[in-house]
Amino acid sequence: MTASDNAFSTALALILGLDDTLLGIVSLSLQVSLTAVLLAALVALPLGAALALWRFPGRSAIIVVLNAFMGLPPVVAGLTVYLLLSRAGPLGQFGLLFTPSAMVVAQVLLILPIIAALTRQQVEELHGEYREQLQSLGVSRLRRIPTLLWDARFGLLTVILAGFGRASAEVGAVMIVGGNIDGVTRVMTTAIVLETSKGNLPLALGLGLVLLALVTLINAGAYLVGETARRRLG
Amino acid sequence: MHKLGLALATLSLMGWSMSAVAQDDERFITLASTTSTEQSGLFDAILPQFTEATDIEVRVVAVGTGQAFEIARRGDADSLLVHDTAGEERFVAEGYATERANVMYNDFVVIGPGDDPAGIGDAETVEDAFSRIAEAAAPFASRGDDSGTNRAERRLWEAAGVEPGGEWYRELGSGMGPTLNTAAGMDAYVMADRATWVAFDNRQNLEILFEGDEALFNQYGSLLLSEERHPHLEHDLAQQWHEWLLSEDGQQAIADFELKGQQLFFPNAK
Repeated sequence: MTASDNAFSTALALILGLDDTLLGIVSLSLQVSLTAVLLAALVALPLGAALALWRFPGRSAIIVVLNAFMGLPPVVAGLTVYLLLSRAGPLGQFGLLFTPSAMVVAQVLLILPIIAALTRQQVEELHGEYREQLQSLGVSRLRRIPTLLWDARFGLLTVILAGFGRASAEVGAVMIVGGNIDGVTRVMTTAIVLETSKGNLPLALGLGLVLLALVTLINAGAYLVGETARRRLG
Repeated sequence: MHKLGLALATLSLMGWSMSAVAQDDERFITLASTTSTEQSGLFDAILPQFTEATDIEVRVVAVGTGQAFEIARRGDADSLLVHDTAGEERFVAEGYATERANVMYNDFVVIGPGDDPAGIGDAETVEDAFSRIAEAAAPFASRGDDSGTNRAERRLWEAAGVEPGGEWYRELGSGMGPTLNTAAGMDAYVMADRATWVAFDNRQNLEILFEGDEALFNQYGSLLLSEERHPHLEHDLAQQWHEWLLSEDGQQAIADFELKGQQLFFPNAK
């Protein structure tokens, strides 16, 4: 009881104190996860739409794999990226291990399947409704991708938020590839793990509440933008 | 207008996010080290002094000693500061490091619930204490993660002539902090390095029950990694760090570090 009571006051003190270290950790968390979401979405949205529109041998297999990878354990993603980026690995020469870039790569690997799989499903449903109309207008499949993605944008916003949620909440992957280096690769989740292992539970939970507040704020912002746009369209 | 503003805001947010992945050109080394040195706050105390003297930033990846060796073996760290002398000497013999030196020491302590069900408080030696825990089959939380502390603990069981196993011996496979959290939760005995213990806040019923045996000595060593194996590493900068640790300034900085009024690391580079 006391630990959680302390956590709320600790969280409040953390937010009000606007301590430089905390600010750095919070910004890095946001920067890494937003970059990962952006890069993942750039690939996954067209990929998901393409999977919805084309029929080709092996398509079902790809869909099953994407769906399965939505549950990819973060430590496995982290370990894979670690082995790739390690000096002894195939991409070692770039020296990316223990940098924010490595954390972005790991998070992209985690959320790309989520965005692609959910986009595929949404676009496929939408395409079912519009298929005849688009066919009668003679729109090629390639041209249908941007049209359908734009039309599905409100649903896809939720898909992207799901990706962002997974990215900002995971710790297993960024711990391995980032190394939790103070001031360089320490993000909210790894800081929480560190404080927990120091036995400083109120501070750890306080950091958790700050992270939760932040994610809620971002979701509220996205919801507002989405709702406003939807209402304008009538 | 509204749309333009939104687009601009989105773009600048993206730009700000992407700036995190830009490479910086500071002079730095990556140091693979143990959780005890990081979590006790030692690095927070001594690294600024080194950076001020040499203009080299040290980026610490704090992991178990077994993992630290693995990171260095793969060429992902420029320098190594760990606490497993036997393992360190093997590392040099295998050709991954060219030099190892004593930097500092402290000791391990045996911790347990205040009512001490196995009665180790008046044991003569740590082997005796360990035997009593095994005889009483009192819960014992082991790191089980091949860290320096875990390796030292396994050597002590061997010296005590006990093959630990069974219901009471719980291998957790986690770091020192999480192991202490778990031990506190299940009132188990646990062996920890003194630095992590002093820095640890969630003690509940746990307290130090046995300490002071020579067998509990805990030596930290710094290693210079092999230029031949990994030519890409920052060997010059790493050498400066290694030499600073052993220098009078470095040793003094270690001696000056205190937590909760206690000196946690004792310099012993000769």
